[in-house]
Amino acid sequence: MSAPAVRFVEVSRHFGEVRAVDGVSLEIADGEFFAMLGPSGSGKTTCLRMLAGFEQPTAGRVELHGRDVTDLPPYERDVNTVFQDYALFPHLSVADNVAYGLTIKKVAKPEIRRRVDEALELVCLPDYGARKPAQLSGGQRQRVALARALINRPRVLLLDEPLGALDLKLRQQMQTELKAIQRQVGITFLFVTHDQEEALAMSDRLAVFNQGRIEQVGTPAEVYERPRTVFVAGFVGTTNLLLGDLAQRLTGTPGPAAIRPERIRLLACDTTAGAGEASATGSIREAVYLGMHTRYTVDLDEGGELAVVAQNLDADAADAACAQGRRVRLAWEPSAIRALVG
Amino acid sequence: MLRRAANFLFRHPRWALGLLLGPPLLWLGVVYLGSLAALLVQSFFHVDEFTGQVVRSFSFATYAQLFTPANLDIFKRTTLMAAAVTIAAALLAFPLAYYMARYARGRVRSLLYLGVILPLWSSYIVRVYSWKLILAKEGIISWFFSAAGLSRVLDAVLGIPGIGGPSLSFSSLGRFLVFLYIWLPYMILPIQAALERVPKSLLEASADLGAPPGKTFRKVTLPLALPGVIAGSIFTFSLTLGDFIIPGTIGDSSLFIGQAVLRHQGTAGNVPLAAAMTVVPMLIMAAYLAWARRLGAFDAL
Repeated sequence: MSAPAVRFVEVSRHFGEVRAVDGVSLEIADGEFFAMLGPSGSGKTTCLRMLAGFEQPTAGRVELHGRDVTDLPPYERDVNTVFQDYALFPHLSVADNVAYGLTIKKVAKPEIRRRVDEALELVCLPDYGARKPAQLSGGQRQRVALARALINRPRVLLLDEPLGALDLKLRQQMQTELKAIQRQVGITFLFVTHDQEEALAMSDRLAVFNQGRIEQVGTPAEVYERPRTVFVAGFVGTTNLLLGDLAQRLTGTPGPAAIRPERIRLLACDTTAGAGEASATGSIREAVYLGMHTRYTVDLDEGGELAVVAQNLDADAADAACAQGRRVRLAWEPSAIRALVG
Repeated sequence: MLRRAANFLFRHPRWALGLLLGPPLLWLGVVYLGSLAALLVQSFFHVDEFTGQVVRSFSFATYAQLFTPANLDIFKRTTLMAAAVTIAAALLAFPLAYYMARYARGRVRSLLYLGVILPLWSSYIVRVYSWKLILAKEGIISWFFSAAGLSRVLDAVLGIPGIGGPSLSFSSLGRFLVFLYIWLPYMILPIQAALERVPKSLLEASADLGAPPGKTFRKVTLPLALPGVIAGSIFTFSLTLGDFIIPGTIGDSSLFIGQAVLRHQGTAGNVPLAAAMTVVPMLIMAAYLAWARRLGAFDAL
């Protein structure tokens, strides 16, 4: 097997007392769309910056395609970055921005022109070469930043919260486009985001960061369905965290454990649960109508509460509004409850 | 009453704008542009050679007087000095401004700011006179050179025609040093402000795209700092062009534009010629700005 595209070996980065990154080891395969997910300050951006060469690890080693690049400056690494603020050069035109890397490498003028056209075509901005960055919208700047990085044909493309500044519609559109571009160019994408939905939607695999450490690495389905830790269960999607008394009653152990709200069925209180299902009774304290689904908070008769999400397949909005106080039975497959690590 | 006025202004923003902009526009329009216009008008008058009276009729006679060899010499001397001072100030100011904008933090930063601005608090004339003492034959610089056994070096420099003189305080080199000292803060501050506005991510992006530090400096930092350098150079260049204190205190008896203007409007009573001479630095500055614009100095604005 060939060397992984990216490899962190016991990498730490300390800023004085603060351990921004604390013993991270990670391998990313060639051609993978990999997301680093975590709240702000969890160390994901610092990891990206160490890979780009903007930060030096305090300890550990960073490898690119099997080559130790820990001590290489950014301009000698075969990676390119799409910056969070795009970092387009304000004094250069869009075409000159995109051509920047090739100009530095002294590529012949005609080839630069051809590749700039190609890159702008790839990001759907073919006629924007003569403009200045200040004349572009946020989404367009984002595309220029992408073209400027991709034109160098890096072996790994780093993206630092690239969609963070865009509005929801544009963000969803860019998610699809980024994914399509990655398939088209076939290079490794390493993507930093704090948006769990984005990470799930785009990545082949993701790493969940918390307090400078990696909590879990896996495919989106693995991380969502089988969260390993309390933090992952809470950060990726919403979850019912079962602790102490409630965990004891529902799982027979003191926990911690978790069950996703959509894995719990909401039944009338006089019906019985299906064969092999576990169940509990309670009353609805709150119902929030969210269009596609409704989110209920149910107070259990024996104490504790559970969140339940039910799809609005045939019910209309009025149902949710008058659901408050209604007695219900909750039912779930015992296997839907996952035991977690503290 | 106050509240009603406030409500009125809130509903009629044009009135608020007028109240705010009125006084400064009045100042700019009447006092500043008005006096400039008066100056221009007077420069087209001329002095009758027999009576010594100002003839208030339009003619180019005064402008023709500008082209005497003595006057051309003054223009050349002043412009060369202004250019030399500007270039030297830019070269000296840039590293310091760069350090202040990029690296200095906390106390060091405050101290540097204070160091740059503090000289501007004390009287300019006092500082020029103290330089006269520093540069004098008995001054500290001469003393230093002789104490270090380098008197010959100083004498050799002072022996260079056009630059030297009997002592530093009576040489063009001395003038240059004092000009440089006096105007340096006006170069440092705009460059520092321009560099401060360059986000760090631009430098990282340049490195990320393969540019070593030197190239990043030439292709990103310098073009983005250029408006600051130009702003600073407008100060140093125009202040040198118009100054009469420094060339009157330091250096030999050769005149600068500012001194010539002072003499013509004062002792000589030739206000039209003084006015015409004042137009010269304005034209030089206009030419300089046009050149800077063609250089692309304002592209990043």
